[in-house]
Amino acid sequence: MSKGVLVDLTKCVGCGSCTVACKLYNDTKWDEKQPTVGPNVKLSDKNWTVVKFHEVKDKEGRPVWRFVKQQCFHCKEPACASACFAKAFQKTKEGPVIYYPHLCVGCRYCMVACPFNVPKYEWEKPFPLVTKCMMCSNKVAKGEAPACVSVCPAGVFKYGDREELLKEAKAIIAKDPKYVKHIFGEQEVGGTEWIYISDIPFEQLGFKTNVTKRPLPSYTAAYMHATPYVGIAWGVVLTGLYHYTKRRNQIAKENNKNIKA
Amino acid sequence: MASHAQAQKWSFRITPIRVLLLLLSAVATAIIIYRLVTGLGTVTNLNDEWPWGLWIGFDVLCGVALAGGGYGTALIVHVLHRDYFHPIARSAMLTSLIGYLLVMAGLFLDIGQWFNFWRPFVSWGHSSVLFEVFWCVSCYTTVQILEFGEIATERVGKRFHNIFKAALPVLMIVGIIFPTLHQSSLGALYLLMVDKLYPLWWSPIIFLFFLMSSFFVGPAMICVETTLAGKAYDHWIPIPVLRKLIRISGYAMIVYLVLKIFDLANRGVFNLVFSGTFEANMFLIEMIFGIIIPIFICFSNFSASRSGLFTFGLLVSLGVVLNRMNVVITGMIRSTGVSYVPSLAEFTVSAGLVAMGVLAYCFIVENFRILEHEEHHGHAA
Repeated sequence: MSKGVLVDLTKCVGCGSCTVACKLYNDTKWDEKQPTVGPNVKLSDKNWTVVKFHEVKDKEGRPVWRFVKQQCFHCKEPACASACFAKAFQKTKEGPVIYYPHLCVGCRYCMVACPFNVPKYEWEKPFPLVTKCMMCSNKVAKGEAPACVSVCPAGVFKYGDREELLKEAKAIIAKDPKYVKHIFGEQEVGGTEWIYISDIPFEQLGFKTNVTKRPLPSYTAAYMHATPYVGIAWGVVLTGLYHYTKRRNQIAKENNKNIKA
Repeated sequence: MASHAQAQKWSFRITPIRVLLLLLSAVATAIIIYRLVTGLGTVTNLNDEWPWGLWIGFDVLCGVALAGGGYGTALIVHVLHRDYFHPIARSAMLTSLIGYLLVMAGLFLDIGQWFNFWRPFVSWGHSSVLFEVFWCVSCYTTVQILEFGEIATERVGKRFHNIFKAALPVLMIVGIIFPTLHQSSLGALYLLMVDKLYPLWWSPIIFLFFLMSSFFVGPAMICVETTLAGKAYDHWIPIPVLRKLIRISGYAMIVYLVLKIFDLANRGVFNLVFSGTFEANMFLIEMIFGIIIPIFICFSNFSASRSGLFTFGLLVSLGVVLNRMNVVITGMIRSTGVSYVPSLAEFTVSAGLVAMGVLAYCFIVENFRILEHEEHHGHAA
């Protein structure tokens, strides 16, 4: 059973402790030009997680702030891992999708393939690598919560067994009418380990809600399975045609000679 | 003939155009070296929103498609034994070889960890379509170099000539399987971008469209190439041969057009074609000028003239280029939210690679038997 995190967006106060914990644990550099907390923040090679401020209207039409922590969702069937032709991205059985830099060729197909545009590139470096949140996989493997989760003072996160968390999320939104009836990450791209609940519709908070519910790797799996067979069959057909048309031409030539003679 | 070739010295005429091409190649080489040392951020306009740009779109996707003339010709001439088309075989396959070498160069300078390019040979990410592309393109380029060995050994290392000649049928067949697979796989790369690529281009059968277009662009490229080579070397392929060849393209394009319309209708997005958006207009330009008008040229009397053949070739080739650029760039703008304009350095490198290809083509044509190959065919026709 894989581990996951349930994020309750109604509880977040936007302090950004999680983003600091992330930088400390993963030793990513602080960049003044790219803050991790605020209305215009973006994930980057240095910011594996950010808290974005959204000014929205609540159900009564009053302006309210909501704070959305962004990081890799850790898909159950990740497009990046299926897209990587060198196995630099791999899904662990505990849940995190992790990156092996020594295997990376730097083709960036993972970045194009990710439905949420999570992997980022070290564009400024001469030999850039892809970066993204790895859910503190070393901690998770030991049964500990990721760094960001463990420091939250507002109780936004719950770390645990993903299926248990999903049940819990369903119970919460069924009991409390303030929540929208949607758990982001339950079905999106076949499900993600990080799941979100909110009192504001997700599309107003920058979530990409119009994604497919089918796991993305399934779009190419059939194609890849068929490829070797198509290749072999095509080779047999071509060899057959080669000999057939060669022989046919020979016979045609001989016939011509006979007619002339 | 053989003794004549032996006496002949290596030659490379220098003309003003070639000086220009050499200059362009030199500038591009300097930028390439600078890029390989300093990284992608300093030279390109790529960023986290646009991880793939001109080099993947033009150098790789267009390069592979336009080099599709090689496998198509190999299929028609060497496997189906349509000897009628023999006069074009060598030059078509040479263009293809040069095309693939440029694609390899383009790929190499686009990857960030370029010293790590060999990694997928040992670390098999076999669920990735790119894995198949990587293997097939590598193998096919090797096969094409070996195929060229048959031509090269007419002049250099003659004692190996018979070995190459004997291996040719096998090489030809292998050299058709690989491109069939990876031409379609380049399209299949985009199967994953179901929520990103604009629905006019994303399709569950996008790989079929890529394969078909790489096939019908082959004869079109041959028309362009033989016109240019004809002017430069005063060596003209008979019009009926080319006309018959583009008929094959014409039929493939009709099937392509019907399949495209059926696919759009089937997915319920046909109305997007006339929605007047930027994407819709680009799509219409691609289909009208790259497919529909060329079909008419192909089956009209216009194609009985050199200018008709050249127009057909140019339109279809540019149409396929536009299609690949639409997939890589136009179709991704909406989901990305920001636009991308390649940097001057990116343009220069792409142009420089083409210049290197043209120079290599000229050198090989002038020093090996490419155009004058089996002259009696030409005279007989």
